[in-house]
Amino acid sequence: MAGEVVLDVRVEAQDFEAAVEVARLTAGRADVGAVVTFTGLCRDEGGALAALELEHYPVMAEEEIRRVAAEASARWPVMGLTVIHRYGRIPPGGNIVLVVATSAHRQAAFDAASYLMDFLKTRAPFWKKEHRRDGASGGWVDAREADDAAAARWKA
Amino acid sequence: MKLVYFAWVRERIGKAEEERDLPAHVRTVADLIAWLTTEGEHYAHAFEKAPFIRAALDRKHVKHDTPLAGAREVAFFPPMTGG
Repeated sequence: MAGEVVLDVRVEAQDFEAAVEVARLTAGRADVGAVVTFTGLCRDEGGALAALELEHYPVMAEEEIRRVAAEASARWPVMGLTVIHRYGRIPPGGNIVLVVATSAHRQAAFDAASYLMDFLKTRAPFWKKEHRRDGASGGWVDAREADDAAAARWKA
Repeated sequence: MKLVYFAWVRERIGKAEEERDLPAHVRTVADLIAWLTTEGEHYAHAFEKAPFIRAALDRKHVKHDTPLAGAREVAFFPPMTGG
């Protein structure tokens, strides 16, 4: 139906498949002209990392992502937005986050996906802790000023 | 009032959540941080860089000058590192 945006926000431990999530937003409709997906993966940090542990604030994490998704859908003419953020222990190479945006024309999907990731990083209550291969805890990952700057660019 | 803590704030305080009766003079998020800091060295350690600590009232981000009035759950945590 024209004008109705499909918002699907999930915070879960289990893994996801980008292709399955794209199909959910495009199956059975011919009005979608663009699909943008972003997948965030766990890096191995040059082989030093054994796993990342993601802690989250249950309920708020989902609510905050939903608020950001609603802002994105108000700002750009998107047809669907799916955001999946995992928590728990994730090994190098594993999926952490998925954003799928669909629209009639590409720019709305690119912009909405990018906006979602920028604000998800600075507003969604998740925290990463590193576990290193040598058995030591690498400690909590520090927030990056570059992420705040990325979010600030949308305020213009 | 229910207080919940995450990441290294939780680790430094040594618990994930607690129920506390707040003194009458504790009116804002900043008042609550200042009061907790006097409640023991674990709290003082957790809030040693108080301006850096983020807060949420009933699961919404707030600034430190926000009144607590009516809130049921206050959360404290470091800047977020998801995504």
